[in-house]
Amino acid sequence: MSRPILKKISLVGLLGLMIRRDLLLAVRRRADVLTTLIFFIIVASLFPLAIGSEMGTLRTIAPGVVWVAALLASMLSLGRMFSADYLDGTLEQMMLAPQSLSTIVLAKIFAHWVVSGLPLVIIAPILGLQFDMSAQALWVLIFSLLLGTPILSMVGAVGAALTLGLRGGGALVSLLVLPLCIPVLIFGAGAVEAVASGSSVSSHLALLGALLLAALTLSPWVTALALRISME
Amino acid sequence: MLDISNLTCSRGDHLLFSDLSFSLSIGELLQVQGVNGSGKTSLLRTLCGLMTPTAGEIRWRGQSTSEMGDEFHAEMIYVGHLNGLKDELSALENLRISAGLAGHKTDDKQITVALHRMGLRGREALPIKFLSEGQRRRVTLARLLLSGAPLWVLDEPLTALDVTAVELMQELIGEHLVNDGMAVYTTHQPLQVAGVTTRCLALS
Repeated sequence: MSRPILKKISLVGLLGLMIRRDLLLAVRRRADVLTTLIFFIIVASLFPLAIGSEMGTLRTIAPGVVWVAALLASMLSLGRMFSADYLDGTLEQMMLAPQSLSTIVLAKIFAHWVVSGLPLVIIAPILGLQFDMSAQALWVLIFSLLLGTPILSMVGAVGAALTLGLRGGGALVSLLVLPLCIPVLIFGAGAVEAVASGSSVSSHLALLGALLLAALTLSPWVTALALRISME
Repeated sequence: MLDISNLTCSRGDHLLFSDLSFSLSIGELLQVQGVNGSGKTSLLRTLCGLMTPTAGEIRWRGQSTSEMGDEFHAEMIYVGHLNGLKDELSALENLRISAGLAGHKTDDKQITVALHRMGLRGREALPIKFLSEGQRRRVTLARLLLSGAPLWVLDEPLTALDVTAVELMQELIGEHLVNDGMAVYTTHQPLQVAGVTTRCLALS
């Protein structure tokens, strides 16, 4: 038999294949997507109800509340990032495929963000209106979430990979990941608060951007390593 | 082609097997035998590279498989206990993805032909969750037809299969061996491939 050549597909081809796969799966299981979104809406809406309709207070707490709600909502879907693939054996097939596991992981993270992070970014301004946020603050909120939620997915992927196959992994992954997400929360909420206090927004957003780039370089690689350890 | 030398494998503190050595050449069929818990699955998973051996080496074409990585994975196909199919996707979609991951340029016609051969005519577009356990196994085994990999590693391939499907599997393995392939498998059911003497490896 002639020696078969290594069948690598292009980076873009592999990303496209895996993103299409995960998005198709998400479309077929819409309930999962809606859970995250509705959780976000409910948590953020509880605060005005509990605290009362004093506009000044609401405006002050708004950035923090929306960001904390987004953080908690993104934890909900982390458990599913790899566990379904692990349980039905598709994950081991991905690891045995002659393709880069880091690239596959990156595609899965991106698809996860599209399904669970992007809807939060889109719905956030409507929630912001409940808190009487100014138009400028809403724009900054959207932008900070746009930079920040992918980081949550990337840090979460590492946690999800490490807790794969463990009993009660769902709660554990939140305990593991939430502390690591504190910088994202500080700079994300900080950017929106800066609008209200009139200080510079760009420094907060620049730091968020730097965190995003750092996560983008490290997370797929670390997650792939963690997956290999978890599969043993 | 495939050379295993002094392979030792343990799970936690429990030693599964030690100092295992064998080799497999083109056209050969190896059945791994042993009672439940004797380490058959661990051996096959170690072979694939999903588990790291405690000691020993696995060589493919003279090269260590752990160093080869993807180059080795391109030449093997593994069918495990788990089917590796997504319930929400159809057989066609599942196979399209696994062919894509394997790096094959497979069109839907080839996949359909493979599914028909596995006796799944008319089930191509049905989500996997509507198929029976045996039919799911058939979809998984259709991957073998689409892959050109010389090394087949099959962990209990006959689970849930009916008599005709078992016969079909024997036929497929026979064809694969004739086409310069080789296979390692575990099974608790008798599997006879015409014209081939099955070598046995007993784990105690």
